[in-house]
Amino acid sequence: MRKKSGLKLFLIIACIAILCYIALNGLEIGIYRIVPLGERVQQGLDLKGGLYVVYEADIAPGDPDRDNKIAGAIRVMRNRLDKANQHEATIAPQGTNRIVVEIPGVDNPQELADILMKPAVLEFIGPEGDVIITGKDVKTAKPGYITGQKPVVHFELHPEGAKKFAEATEKYLGKVIKIVLDGNPISQPTVNEVIPNGQGVIEGMKDIEEAQKLANLIESGALPVELKQVEVRTIGATLGANALERGILAGIVGLSLVFLFMLVYYRLPGLVADLALVLYALLVMLITVLARITITLPGIAGIVLSIGMAVDANVIIFERIKEELRAGKTMRAALDSGFSKAFSAILDSNVTTLIAGVVLLYFGTGPIQGFAKTLMLGVVVSMFTAIVFTKYVLRLIIDLNVQNKKLYGV
Amino acid sequence: MVYERGITEMNIDLVSKYKIFVAISLVVIIAGLAVTVFQGLNLGIDFKGGTVIYVNIGKPYSPDDIRSILSSQGIEATVVQVGDNKQDAIIRMRYMENQKEIQQKLIEALKEKYDLTDERFNVDTVGPTIGKDLTRNAILSTVISWVFILIYVGIRFEFKSGVAAIVALVHDVLIMVSAAALLRTQINSPFVAAVLTIIGYSINDTIVIFDRVRENQKRSGKSLSKAEIVNRSINESLTRTINTALTTFFTVTALYVFGVESIKEFSLPILVGIISGTYSTIFIAGPLWVEWNERAERRRLATAK
Repeated sequence: MRKKSGLKLFLIIACIAILCYIALNGLEIGIYRIVPLGERVQQGLDLKGGLYVVYEADIAPGDPDRDNKIAGAIRVMRNRLDKANQHEATIAPQGTNRIVVEIPGVDNPQELADILMKPAVLEFIGPEGDVIITGKDVKTAKPGYITGQKPVVHFELHPEGAKKFAEATEKYLGKVIKIVLDGNPISQPTVNEVIPNGQGVIEGMKDIEEAQKLANLIESGALPVELKQVEVRTIGATLGANALERGILAGIVGLSLVFLFMLVYYRLPGLVADLALVLYALLVMLITVLARITITLPGIAGIVLSIGMAVDANVIIFERIKEELRAGKTMRAALDSGFSKAFSAILDSNVTTLIAGVVLLYFGTGPIQGFAKTLMLGVVVSMFTAIVFTKYVLRLIIDLNVQNKKLYGV
Repeated sequence: MVYERGITEMNIDLVSKYKIFVAISLVVIIAGLAVTVFQGLNLGIDFKGGTVIYVNIGKPYSPDDIRSILSSQGIEATVVQVGDNKQDAIIRMRYMENQKEIQQKLIEALKEKYDLTDERFNVDTVGPTIGKDLTRNAILSTVISWVFILIYVGIRFEFKSGVAAIVALVHDVLIMVSAAALLRTQINSPFVAAVLTIIGYSINDTIVIFDRVRENQKRSGKSLSKAEIVNRSINESLTRTINTALTTFFTVTALYVFGVESIKEFSLPILVGIISGTYSTIFIAGPLWVEWNERAERRRLATAK
């Protein structure tokens, strides 16, 4: 019995130590490679730098087409982001009439934020003020040059647009068809010939970059709603990295203080609680990586806070065990009744904390949700490590016949 | 160990003195609310709209230089020197119509003066309409969390415990707001998160006491009065209440000491909240429950006569 328990205890401690090592340093066996957990954690914008913009759409509250318009706007914005090579950017609706865009590490954040909200309504307007074709009729738009070095946008129309365009160029031969973007005329060419194939050029760009931007805008399509920026946050990469470093430092110091406190106050059970805390930290990291939870600065705060709260369940249990021991029970009996009496308190108190977390997750925005997620994760994981793990390990220790009550802080 | 036995066998009569404890809290809350009414809370851009520029200059500088740049551009803003080596600056300005151009000009001027790149800037601009939503969401989420907690505690314990627990939570939120008003700390969305965290923390604390009350009631039957049961329960849980407050206090203090500005903005109200939550757990929730039960009992006896 004693030998078996000792072996199990040794294996548990060895396992945790190995897992810790792998989590911190990674592992390489032949072709298999495990990268350190820290490298796999998805960092939020506030840690790696980037742009966070909240756009508000100008939609009447009762508009029945509201959701479609928002979804349409998101599609258009996604197109524009892709064309700007921002594939890691995320776009999400918020509430009923807002759209949140998060773009990691951009060079010129404000310019990008502005491009995203450009209406990009393209119209070809005849001399009688009639709209001939719009951006919707355009199939492709590419930048290029004509007559040597004049930057232009080459466009090709869908068959239906091409038909309309052919009819119009026939009707307005020798007259001017204005090309208008968001109400501003960009080009006013005179129709020299009938254009039957739906291909043409737009002139009036300063340089090739401007032509590229216009082509991108036209291909992405027009926004179905008018947007304005109501919140813009840009985070410099240096500052973000500093915030991360300081957050980790706070975590290490906080964890060490809790470690020391538990060890000094609760002795042997305190050591077990510390072991449980290491396992807790490992599991939180692992779940964060596996569930792809983005860690934001408030998220780190949530984790650090939950370290303090994680030992709570152990504190409740140990105090109970002490009481039972003082009442004269044997070690094993004290352990069992201590755990069972503490259980309802731990369950009820943690469920109520989870309730607050769920509300925070539902009503909070952006970074606050990151905080809520890590806090809730912490509560659930700490219940497991404190109840299941601590109990198991304490049992093994009692089996080893460590009966000196002083070691249990009594 | 003498002192540990001291704690467990300690039997401080908290219930009979609860009026003193309530009075102490009321003094803080009334002072805080008075400041709130007469001076208003120090609301940040998340609520009022405006721009905050955080810049890491990375070398010693004088905030007056930044102030002179501001006045030469005709910008009304405040400058605060922060950071470990006082090498960072926080520039705050109110929301204006042509916000974007103004702040862009300022950032360019700063970049030129101190030879900086975009990497060293955090720029937060919040429009004036966001604040209304944040206020509404903050109040809504606080109240909703109370309602759900009341329902849960009502089912698992009893309705009166639920109400007493909620009163303790309202107390904590009021103390946190009062402390922010008295200390003139900036209130932004991290403050809202801090309040909700403390709701989660403090309810946890209070429930542990009520769990003891539930257990002691079952065990003692009618041999003990409600006041005696609550006194005993609070005393029995006292070591746990204090120890958990301590461990949480350790980690949050570490956040406050080592964290960057936005983390400090979040951890300071939490520190206040932990103290308040522990106080309300020990001195407010239980005694209130006793008082309410005894009053109901007296009324029942009066009508019975």
